[in-house]
Amino acid sequence: MRQPISIGSWPVWRQLTGPDGFGRAAAAKSGQSASLQARTASADRVVKSICPYCAVGCAQNVYVRDERVVQIEGDPDSPVSRGRLCPKGAATLQLTTGSGRLDKVLYRPPYGRDWQELDLDTAMDMIAERVIRTRRETWQWEVDGQRVARTMGIASLGGATLDNEENYLIKKLFTGLGVVQVENQARVCHSSTVIGLGTSFGRGGATTFLQDLQHADCIVIEGSNFAEAHPVGFQWVMEAKARGATVIHVDPRFTRTSALADLHVPLRAGTDVAFLGGIVNYVLTQEKDFREYVLAYTNASTIINDQFRDTEDLDGLFSGFDPEVHQYASETWQYEGTQEATASGDRDEAYERRLATRHHSHDSGRGEKHGSGGAALDGDPRQDPTLSDPHCVYQILKRHFSRYTPEMVERICGIPQDVFARVCGHLVEASGPERTSAFVYAVGWTQHTDGSQFIRTASILQLLLGNIGRPGGGIQALRGHASIQGSTDIPTLFNLLPGYLPMPHAHRHGSLDDFIDGDAARKGFWANMRAYMVSLLKAYWGPAAQPENDFRFDYLPRINGSHSAYDTTLEQLDGNCKGYFLLGENPAVGSANARMQRLGMANLDWLVVRDFSLIESATWWKDGPEIESGELSTERIGTEVFFLPAAAHTEKSGSFTNTNRMLQWHHQAVEPAGDQRSELWFMYHLGRIVRAKLAGSTEPMDQPILDLTWDYPTEGGTDEPMAEAVLAEINGWNAEGKPLSAYTEMRDDGSTASGCWIYCGVYADGINQAARRRPGEEQNWVGAEWTWSWPANRRMLYNRASARPDGRPWSERKRMVWWDEQAGRWTGYDVPDFEPTKRPDYQPPEGASGVAALRGTDAFIMQADGLGWLYVPSGVLDGPLPTHYEPQDSPVQNPLYGQQRNPARLLRPHAENRYHPSGSEPGAQIFPYVVTTYRLTEHFTAGAMSRNVPYLAELQPEFFCEVSPELATERGLEHAGWATIVTARNAIEARVLVTARMAPLRVDGRVIHQIGLPFHWGPNGLSHGDAANELSAISLDPNSHIQEVKAFSADIRPGRRPRGPARPAMVREYQRRAGITGRTGTGV
Amino acid sequence: MSFDLREAATGAADPATVGGYGDHPERVGFFTDTSVCIGCKACEVACKEWNTLAEDGLNFTGMSYDNSVGLGADTWRHVAFIEQPRQLGRQETYLAPTELPGDLKRTAAGRTPVSLGLPASVPPDGVVGTVREMDFRWLMSSDVCKHCTYAACLDVCPTGSLFRTEFGTVVVQEDICNGCGYCVPACPYGVIDKRPTDGRVAKCTMCYDRLSVGQEPACAKSCPTDSIQFGELDELRERAAARVLALHAEGVDSARLYGADPNDGVGGAGAFFLLLDEPEVYGLPPDPVVTTRDLPAMWRRVGLAAAGLLVGLIAVTVSGASAPTRARR
Amino acid sequence: MNRSDVPAGTATMTDVRLDRAPDLPAERDAVVGSAGRPGRRQRGERLMVPKAEFRSYYGRPVLNGPTWQAPDIAGYLFLGGLAGASSTLAAAAELTGRPALARGLKAGAATAIAGSLYSLVHDLGRPERFVNMLRVVKVTSPMSIGSWLLAGYAPMAIAAAGSAVTGRLPVPGRLATIGAALLGPAVAAYTGALISNTAVPAWHEGHREMPLLFVGSAAASAGGLGLLVGPGAESGPARRAALLGAVAELTMTRRLEQRLGPLAEPLQQDTGGALIRAGKVLSATAALTLALGGRNRKAGVAAGVALLAGSLCTRFGIFHAGLASARDPKYTVGPQRERLAARDRAAKEPT
Repeated sequence: MRQPISIGSWPVWRQLTGPDGFGRAAAAKSGQSASLQARTASADRVVKSICPYCAVGCAQNVYVRDERVVQIEGDPDSPVSRGRLCPKGAATLQLTTGSGRLDKVLYRPPYGRDWQELDLDTAMDMIAERVIRTRRETWQWEVDGQRVARTMGIASLGGATLDNEENYLIKKLFTGLGVVQVENQARVCHSSTVIGLGTSFGRGGATTFLQDLQHADCIVIEGSNFAEAHPVGFQWVMEAKARGATVIHVDPRFTRTSALADLHVPLRAGTDVAFLGGIVNYVLTQEKDFREYVLAYTNASTIINDQFRDTEDLDGLFSGFDPEVHQYASETWQYEGTQEATASGDRDEAYERRLATRHHSHDSGRGEKHGSGGAALDGDPRQDPTLSDPHCVYQILKRHFSRYTPEMVERICGIPQDVFARVCGHLVEASGPERTSAFVYAVGWTQHTDGSQFIRTASILQLLLGNIGRPGGGIQALRGHASIQGSTDIPTLFNLLPGYLPMPHAHRHGSLDDFIDGDAARKGFWANMRAYMVSLLKAYWGPAAQPENDFRFDYLPRINGSHSAYDTTLEQLDGNCKGYFLLGENPAVGSANARMQRLGMANLDWLVVRDFSLIESATWWKDGPEIESGELSTERIGTEVFFLPAAAHTEKSGSFTNTNRMLQWHHQAVEPAGDQRSELWFMYHLGRIVRAKLAGSTEPMDQPILDLTWDYPTEGGTDEPMAEAVLAEINGWNAEGKPLSAYTEMRDDGSTASGCWIYCGVYADGINQAARRRPGEEQNWVGAEWTWSWPANRRMLYNRASARPDGRPWSERKRMVWWDEQAGRWTGYDVPDFEPTKRPDYQPPEGASGVAALRGTDAFIMQADGLGWLYVPSGVLDGPLPTHYEPQDSPVQNPLYGQQRNPARLLRPHAENRYHPSGSEPGAQIFPYVVTTYRLTEHFTAGAMSRNVPYLAELQPEFFCEVSPELATERGLEHAGWATIVTARNAIEARVLVTARMAPLRVDGRVIHQIGLPFHWGPNGLSHGDAANELSAISLDPNSHIQEVKAFSADIRPGRRPRGPARPAMVREYQRRAGITGRTGTGV
Repeated sequence: MSFDLREAATGAADPATVGGYGDHPERVGFFTDTSVCIGCKACEVACKEWNTLAEDGLNFTGMSYDNSVGLGADTWRHVAFIEQPRQLGRQETYLAPTELPGDLKRTAAGRTPVSLGLPASVPPDGVVGTVREMDFRWLMSSDVCKHCTYAACLDVCPTGSLFRTEFGTVVVQEDICNGCGYCVPACPYGVIDKRPTDGRVAKCTMCYDRLSVGQEPACAKSCPTDSIQFGELDELRERAAARVLALHAEGVDSARLYGADPNDGVGGAGAFFLLLDEPEVYGLPPDPVVTTRDLPAMWRRVGLAAAGLLVGLIAVTVSGASAPTRARR
Repeated sequence: MNRSDVPAGTATMTDVRLDRAPDLPAERDAVVGSAGRPGRRQRGERLMVPKAEFRSYYGRPVLNGPTWQAPDIAGYLFLGGLAGASSTLAAAAELTGRPALARGLKAGAATAIAGSLYSLVHDLGRPERFVNMLRVVKVTSPMSIGSWLLAGYAPMAIAAAGSAVTGRLPVPGRLATIGAALLGPAVAAYTGALISNTAVPAWHEGHREMPLLFVGSAAASAGGLGLLVGPGAESGPARRAALLGAVAELTMTRRLEQRLGPLAEPLQQDTGGALIRAGKVLSATAALTLALGGRNRKAGVAAGVALLAGSLCTRFGIFHAGLASARDPKYTVGPQRERLAARDRAAKEPT
């Protein structure tokens, strides 16, 4: 700016006349410096928001000026993040306002060579028209003589990056349309968490909350790269450290987490069950278990059916295995004197197996129902408080883990015995009445063919050590997407309805009564299942749902087996699935066997991609690897592709559920630009248009969608549905339309409606509890008045266990919740996870049922027997106890049992999905190395939210592999050069990072080298490279259908990969050399 | 007017006072404690976001996880990554836990990235432990402008674009800088640099604009583990001294402060560090000195030289003076 | 002290606590590794063994090298020196009745200074802002002082030349001549401080010799110019100036190389070394020619050219040597390490 020229404005004059003779400070100050103003200070308004990246859920302040977002930074009020952000969080301004985003609808006609622009309304109309057409063409009333009332022609993928309200509408609309193939990132990230934690404790979420880690005396981080993947959450590990905690990092690689730990224990990828099992064995043989806790709060004393046979008896198999279909019948696993009534082993299992033999369709993933409630039981189990009965859980546990000796741990994991002893020592010393230890894990545990069992092992250990439900204890599951917990709670998952109500099964659930009888427990809160289900049906179909019509239970489409994301891919290849919605997910990079994902999409009639930018899943028809290799050619691909630009979290209101079940509301800051729209907008208007087109139809198949309650108020220039109205429906209301304040108010007579019973209370008193933001500094570390968490705003689950059976705290140092005799109620720092006034000495009267049947000591109120389950009689399909099995593709022979792999694992043999020979099988030596995949701090999942953000892209600009100097020497790999990594699925190239952080391990007398591959990259974006998932196979955990990408065998060689047809040729050559056929690796 | 050049070069205690700010806030600074740094690079990004700096290069360097390489005109925070075969405190790492077979052992004996031409990872005492004994640590450190008490960049700036703020920090005034580039070679730390795009120099301002409204700098605010601590310099120095003692007491003998001593070559840095190895390992000069400390001596030499030239040239002319001049007398 | 500018709390903002228990340490007090095994190495870490061989961060330079362009800045060093010394020599010649030599030198000085000003402005990132050079007077910045010097010198040098060439305004011309003559040496000498007042090892450590070396080089070049422009009859001063300058230049260069020790490498290797060697040879040859060649016009002209070229080479050589010394961290770290070692030894000595 121009100021009038005056001698006074000449610094030399100021030098001569002022105190700053040297002209280095005051005298030299310029006009601009004098009028400098921070844009945070000059903003018109500050909008409260939540970071859209990982599930730590850091709070953000969004600064808006002239209706433009000018700055985004951490909100110091958050008790979780305290105003801090990681590089991704710090880059959200560039993510949301940068050049990386598109704002125009793009359309690729069938066989088209390129994109063309399309008007948004036209696009919506075309999509609606295709939905209706495909639905008509592919509608199924019956399958195998059972009513299914659904379409397999349409599928949807994505939801973990979206708001709960959006997930709710996605599931509601698709369910109304009879679409069952609704899936999201939770399937490929943490589905096994729900099984592992849910069956053990009663709820499928992390048992504690991040801030509480500061009270741990020992923190074991295993299967997680905490500091890199969740940096802001890691501050609580540092808090604990500052207070004397021991931090142990068990990981195949020395990572940025290891750099800050006291102990780094390298282990062979995929052997965690052996390692943890070894600790369990140590605890049991040394009698280091927290006996009083174990007796009171776990099922250690419960007697098991004497027909049960352990892996010890059957060389790696449990009783009840059917080799024909690779499945277990779990009758023999039951508590003595009970039969459970749940997913596996129920009355229809014979049917299940018949079915399985015909289509390779396995279990329908009912285990995930335990996301909120363990398996139901009938009858009263017998107990032996002396723990001496050979058939009691404690004794079975002892026998089962007796084989997991330090020697065995060393042979399997490559961990020296003295190192193993150090870990056991630390853990045991830091457990008991006065001290607690916490476990922290992430997808390093979940993504295995027995992932659920990894988490089960940790659950057993933490129960034995008495660390569940207590401050500084627990199992912290770190989830990777802003609302991946939410997209599991309000599931966009094929096998679940909101609140972990199971999706009705074709042959099993003819009527509502069958459905309830099949799944409701007699004891515990799950006994009220009918009320939750009826309230959901009322929320979906409102007035149309009446007692006389079973509340339109028949409107729900039925599943008959697995319709998980990976099965959808096969349906696409088989031509049964014709239409596909991708809602913020990028399977062409992020899903196992990425190549197969693309081939599946190439077989679609139409594809709708909603994202910020042109991700690999949107452009594969144009520039995908198969185009380059000549296997596909653009002009021969008939798939019609719609790209719709998505709105960012700053452009819409809604709630994210963080990794600790905390629903945090983010407010809209500005309107989205151009054609950018929220998923809430997309689903609502898609539903509106479809319903308009079908209006007046008398077709029975159209009634569910026409009767759907679909009248949400809209606002703003884009007719955006009001997210808070959706939240209100999720919360639910009573007959007078008053918001419910707790799920205990729900009725099964149709007088209450609620979209998700476990979220009931988030809109109590008509107030958006998720938007509460009382500063953390004004509260204790629990921060109960910062937003809202399910269930009932409890932050630490099972906290009844933080008190002795008699209600007194175990110790002053570790008090959390206790019985206040004067007040006659439970009190403490957190909301008690217990009936507030039920006395600790309460004993249920004879024949009591439901909640009344829970004793005053039943700390695990969602469990059918109120106990933490060391042994799981029902709900885990591959065994009541964890067993170490080798990964599907492993260079190592299982030293533990003759049984090499998880016998019940799910395989999807296919020409594009070949498996490797393992262990001692001929050809195994062709793939001698172990690959493990992971995240980097600087990037996010499949890269859509980081590879297009310049500030992040420049921090990790290229795809690389990490190898040890030994492996580099062995294979002649050059530092910073190129390497080609090959499996039976595909071959990729990566820059080489030779580092001592990768150590060769000595396993059972052999040296095993591991190769580290960050999985963020794909061909598109500022920072690009091959996708690690080109190498992985579709081999799944039977409970959760999660893929095994954390450990598989491969070969590595120097130099870049071949181009063009030479690439698939190289893969075929490897298959030939390893003698791979369709049957390789598919045996029991 | 006359200047005492020594004073000019080494100033009195508080730079803001010397700078002629009567009423000014306490001097603020950064204490970067690298012993709790997790190398997340949030500081780099938060800095770029706030100061709208450009992305400056998508290059895979192979320097551990460091692809930013160093401080420059568009990188005002830089996280260094150093992998060393050395133990950190009593930390236990088992990267080569078992005796390996002979051949492998031989190759493993050379387990130092030196074989990869990365000098940074030479073991401090030149010997690599046997495979079984091999220690390992991964150092991370977020570098930034030191905001020296005696700042060479500021001293040599001919336009007064670089100036001392009331907070005692050193800032480039974009509206003044004419890109003469003198400050670039003057900085003993290699912090400030010239932007090819707009011809001006740029470096960390310690978020001068934020300080003025009572907000802490962007990098310190984002730091997830408080490795970057912002505050009043005196208080930070006390805290840092105590921190070093605590670390030593716990066996982290290699902890030392860098830039905290007011008597060092730059009069103490406004942004100082707790390091776990020698400064040069992090790319920092071990004993930086503000170049202007020697300027008085230089000026004297210049005077001498100029006088010499004047006299010399007159002498060589007069000595052979021709007749006419004498005649004139 | 008044803290009104900074709301209380600024200083403690990175110290947010949640549990209302300030007595508990914050995470920044976490001591990594403290809970590890003490037994393995009783005293925790092995103490540092001071290293003989130097270490660096992946061999990256510690300093950001000068962004100056050689033709501009090295050229400026040469032209500035040439102009300054020429003005003085010109005035001396004029006062001792050597009008032709004086005229030639004045013209040369004016041309040189014009060229040097062009180089200076041309090297700026924002040439349009060159006037900002006169925004402050900074004794701590040789470039600032130099700018003011040039602001005074350049007009006079040009006026003097103008008057001499056109024969107009003799009196102001005479005054300008004298003014330029008095400022000339300063213009020639200050550039020594200009490059020495940096962190560039080879330049900074040479700050004792640099000014004398530069004026020597300036005198040599001015003498060389004189030999070219002056008529044989008047060339005496030029010849003597050239001899004096060349000798000074050579001696100081020698001194520099001897004193810098290992830091002299950049002055002897690669581009810098080659140019400096060339400079030496040229100056030496010229000096010899003059010493032996007597008043031979041809020899004089040849020597003149050699002197100009020699001075030019020396300036460019020193410029490049500086860049090289900044590029390799060992020149930054090595001397500083020695300095520290010496300080330690001194500290250990009983007082």
